Amino acid sequence: MELLKGKVWKFGDDISTDLIIPGKYKFKTIDFNELAKHAMEGADPDFSTKVNKGDLIVGGDNFGCGSSREQAPVVIKHSGISAVIAKSFARIFYRNSFNVGLPVVECPELFDNVETGDTLELYLAEGKVIARGRTFTFKPIPPFLMAILQDGGLVEHYRKRGGFIWEKPTR
Amino acid sequence: MGMTLAEKIISRKIGRVPVPGEIVVMPIDAAMAHDGTAPLMIKSFEAMGAKKVWDNKKAAFVIDHISPSSNEGTSALHKMMRDFAKAHSFQLYDIGEGICHQILPEKGYVFPGGVVVGADSHTCTHGAFAAFSTGIGSTDMAAVFASGKLWFKVPETIRIKIEGTMPINVMSKDAILYSIGEIGADGATYKAVEFCGEAVRKMSMDSRMTMTNMAIEMGGKTGLIASDAITREYLEGRINVPFIELSGDGDADFADTLEIDAGDLEPQLSCPHQVDNVKPVAELEGLPVDQVFIGSCTNGRLEDLRIAVKVLRGKKVKARTIVMPASREIYLGAIKEGLIEELVKAGCAVGVPGCGPCVGGHHGVPSQGENVISTTNRNFKGRMGNAEANVYLASPLTAAYAALKGKVEVPLEA
Repeated sequence: MELLKGKVWKFGDDISTDLIIPGKYKFKTIDFNELAKHAMEGADPDFSTKVNKGDLIVGGDNFGCGSSREQAPVVIKHSGISAVIAKSFARIFYRNSFNVGLPVVECPELFDNVETGDTLELYLAEGKVIARGRTFTFKPIPPFLMAILQDGGLVEHYRKRGGFIWEKPTR
Repeated sequence: MGMTLAEKIISRKIGRVPVPGEIVVMPIDAAMAHDGTAPLMIKSFEAMGAKKVWDNKKAAFVIDHISPSSNEGTSALHKMMRDFAKAHSFQLYDIGEGICHQILPEKGYVFPGGVVVGADSHTCTHGAFAAFSTGIGSTDMAAVFASGKLWFKVPETIRIKIEGTMPINVMSKDAILYSIGEIGADGATYKAVEFCGEAVRKMSMDSRMTMTNMAIEMGGKTGLIASDAITREYLEGRINVPFIELSGDGDADFADTLEIDAGDLEPQLSCPHQVDNVKPVAELEGLPVDQVFIGSCTNGRLEDLRIAVKVLRGKKVKARTIVMPASREIYLGAIKEGLIEELVKAGCAVGVPGCGPCVGGHHGVPSQGENVISTTNRNFKGRMGNAEANVYLASPLTAAYAALKGKVEVPLEA
């Protein structure tokens, strides 16, 4: 996967799926472009008008906590965000992100060394991110999740392979 | 060395001892999506090009989140669900049937040793029946509907051991809120939470489900409780597989253990806007209360309604109060016991079984600056539909007292 380079939008700890996409919208439509107008609305009401394609989100601990709504990573992706790098993620949000083709990376050291407006370079396959001239490394994404990401998400993955990579698990 | 309850259930499925951290693939015994997640699941299922739902006896849809529909957008999504369930010949539980996490055990989808997935984060509730049960997203659910299997990372387990007897004004909700305050909103992320000890063994199924329901509020993948005679009694006549007793081994390798003396517990409130912002009710006495909600998959069961009636019988509420039974079965039980009549006489607005105001879509969105005492499981900013409202989570007993007094007060007895 190629280099992801863009401007940073920084958020704090415990960014819940209610802040990412308030529940009241998700019950009315599954039009992703319509939903994306409300991306991150609970944390920053103007986010969707400010964000540019290719930008990255940096989050604190427990990013994406709360409900299982897949609309959360979907609206982040459809707002133009290319990846989310956080100290840690809530587990359902983590799974959902790969399934919808949004790269998410756990890199706790990055958080205190980057601010909104900085430019980030994320090398997903190499497991490194560069901010303010400093390089931070992270644990590589497990190969089967990387494969789902490279296929463009779980739907494309299944269409392409006619099955799921985990049906032949490796220990 | 022994196994945790999570490891025991997984080992029965994969035929060997699992190692925490490894990825395993397990067959699914029950899979559920609701009106907040099923439409996206259908979209993914169809986009995948999947043709058939793997097992129409194990799949279920529930319309509970905005139920009945409050607007035409939601109505269209509900119709999409009904059409899909009909086309694939599996059960859809429509408006008025109740909340997914109450319906699955009532209708026999959940049994000890089973693996349950739900496209809802509170699917961890079913661990109260010693099932491995966890929340997943819509596209993961589409994968399950297509293949009947899913990958899981074998979790480590945090044990919460509650010994002794709880005081008369303390409910299982207070025990779980206290635990979340201790462990933190992300203290159990990626981990299973196993509840054990004398106080848990003595709890009814209603009380146990309140505990496991909120495991996700500390980040837990699932909440688990051993199956015993109390579990058997609840499941009898509901499940069509043999009942088994399953429990975690005391000498298993736990990531951490939180020990609680039940006798030391007191009524708790989870304060805005984080579930782990937990304080004793005593610290907030006198706080004015505008709205009370008694219901949800956390506390909308018969036991909870009985407690509310015990407090409100023959009296009038001072705060506006909404009560919603968690399911049709509970609603009928409450009617037979005369509970609904008492609640209505006391001035409560009693509504249709479903998620109600918990998810902020309808049925009681609070106004700016209002204080809400709710028996639900989340108080995130905006959760109940208004980011300027203050939601406090409490037991049904504490909530009923708040309804009666119009302010927060330490309840006397359950």
